[in-house]
Amino acid sequence: MEVLKIATAGSVDDGKSTLIGRLLYDTKSLTSDKLEAIERSSKQKGYDYLDFSLATDGLVAEREQGITIDVAHIYFSTATKSYIIADTPGHVEYTRNMVTGASTSQVAIILIDARHGVIEQTYRHFFINNLLRVKDVIVAVNKMDLVDFSEERYNEIKNEFQKLVEKSDYEDQNITFIPVSALKGDNVVDKSKIMSWYSGNTLLEHLEKIDTADIYNRGKARFPVQYVIRPKTEEYHDYRGYAGKVYGGSISVGDEVIVLPSETKTKVKEIYFYDKKYETAARRSSVTLTLENDVNVSRGDMIVKVGELPKVEKTLTATISWMDAKQLVPGSKYVLQHGVNKVLAKVSAINNKINPDYSGIETGVTGLQMNDIASVSFQLNKPIFFDAFKEHRTNGAFILIDPQSNSTAGVGFIE
Amino acid sequence: MTETVQINALENEAIYIFREVAAQFEKPVLLFSGGKDSITLVRLAQKAFHPAKIPFPLMHIDTGHNFPETIEFRDRLVEELGLELIVRNVQDSIDQGKVKEESGRYSSRNMLQTTTLLDAIEEFKFDACIGGARRDEEKARAKERIFSVRDDFGQWDERNQRPELFDMLNGEIDFGQNVRVFPISNWTELDVWTYIEREVLEIPSIYFAHKREVFLRDGLIWSASEHVYRDEEEEVEERMVRFRTVGDMSCTAAVDSYATTISKVVEEIRDSSISERGARIDDKRSEAAMEERKQQGYF
Repeated sequence: MEVLKIATAGSVDDGKSTLIGRLLYDTKSLTSDKLEAIERSSKQKGYDYLDFSLATDGLVAEREQGITIDVAHIYFSTATKSYIIADTPGHVEYTRNMVTGASTSQVAIILIDARHGVIEQTYRHFFINNLLRVKDVIVAVNKMDLVDFSEERYNEIKNEFQKLVEKSDYEDQNITFIPVSALKGDNVVDKSKIMSWYSGNTLLEHLEKIDTADIYNRGKARFPVQYVIRPKTEEYHDYRGYAGKVYGGSISVGDEVIVLPSETKTKVKEIYFYDKKYETAARRSSVTLTLENDVNVSRGDMIVKVGELPKVEKTLTATISWMDAKQLVPGSKYVLQHGVNKVLAKVSAINNKINPDYSGIETGVTGLQMNDIASVSFQLNKPIFFDAFKEHRTNGAFILIDPQSNSTAGVGFIE
Repeated sequence: MTETVQINALENEAIYIFREVAAQFEKPVLLFSGGKDSITLVRLAQKAFHPAKIPFPLMHIDTGHNFPETIEFRDRLVEELGLELIVRNVQDSIDQGKVKEESGRYSSRNMLQTTTLLDAIEEFKFDACIGGARRDEEKARAKERIFSVRDDFGQWDERNQRPELFDMLNGEIDFGQNVRVFPISNWTELDVWTYIEREVLEIPSIYFAHKREVFLRDGLIWSASEHVYRDEEEEVEERMVRFRTVGDMSCTAAVDSYATTISKVVEEIRDSSISERGARIDDKRSEAAMEERKQQGYF
């Protein structure tokens, strides 16, 4: 079964939860006990329609306040695909959750309230999906029922959004516009009878047509070693297997490879997946490699193909999305986790703060607050093996861990 | 040998998580209930570390109210695969006066497990406890992280969770803390069953339709057993049923079923309109039953 991960973004009242609820309802993914709970609760509150947002709002605090606080994961499937929706909140103060949701998604749905059109929040949502290189963006113009299903209004919003797209530097991003009414069910799963002027796909039709094999950005093959397998049994006496996940491109038996940081050249001898040997490991598969030569490889090392070397450096500059209450200031020290590799990092400079609404940059910034996005330079205690994020969505990203609190304080996209 | 390793996104993700646990922690343990989710975990762990053995033990928190079929299955699996199994009993926690047995119509040992679990984590100094919880099971679990940090008291602070970005899992903890790890977070009930079918995994017999002595209460089918409180007017009858989860006899209701093979079970789940935890009596206590138990340190 193919799996597609989707991140959603919208402002507080754009009807995001209603859209997801509608998607679940029309694909018959809501079970009868859940449906009953929704009916019961909607009635209690005196609504004359089904309050689908209850299908997704999980925690007690949310039910009390009627808002979504954290990232929630919602699952549904059709005959062809399994879908995982990361429902992320849209308030200004929750940029960190939106970045988190987008980092594991290949598709993003940006909601726009047809009455309000493109607002400052929309800029922010598009900026984040741009920054994170989310390949497929769906702009769902919602609440069309409240603007009389007007084609003119829809086109106006589309044109406003196009101006935003012109500011983007990510040319491969696919952007699709769909006019919907989540509350009434128009163009979510079923085609709208009223908006006959719209000839495109419904939201679900569009999702069903996305090729999951192609949605991951391609790059050079990178194999970060996660774990060394040494069984020490009679049968596998000298076995040394390097366990990890293949990113960017595939790796085959016989490939000439270089192990970093030792820069030892060798060849891939075998590829194991469980108890079977294979000729090729496709990208994103979790396999175990053995090598021709007896080289010293440990966790955090990286196996790459000859002629496809990443950068190996002790300094780097990255766009940081800050997620911690404690400020990032020049001189602060963090554990930098790049894939499965950990090094120590010191902030050498905050170059500038980037306004996530495309309004430019601010210089002379002395510290980063939670939800800030900025260009920051670091000095590392050991070199890491990286690519620019724009060229490699996995090998160009890292997280910063606060050594005192152990919290994940920020994420970096290497420039 | 011209094949390419097929991409099964969920399986690859789970294997990756298992390897992160083995690499990042000193003393991991796999919490094993004998249910389908923990059986799936065992297979995924085998795949992650082959040809080496699974580099951590299994632990079962036994309430003493389990279905006998589950215990018998557990012991056989451990024996066949040569795994190490630790068992800790809720009865011991009761005998030591640490918890008090519930009484009455809805009495269950489900809540009591938390104390026994937290004591065992402290006893063995486990720093990572791998569990089979899935986000699709219940709304509080939908917000759970893959690496979920618990404080010195085993408690979950849902408002202060670490963001998880890309594949990167942050397992940094202070001494005394531990991490709950959920490798099949992103699987649905149907994904688990499809996997069990594909991998031809053995599962306890109570997952298949069988004749059982049961009684009806609150629209649910309860097992008639010495461990389950029953009023005199609650009449026992024999019915064709199966179980969708294997919790305690006192908190797991059965469903009517004629599915006697895995493929029939998969078919039934595909068509089912009742969610898996719809038959969990422990979740019915209140809207936020799971969230409250999780905060206290439940699985």
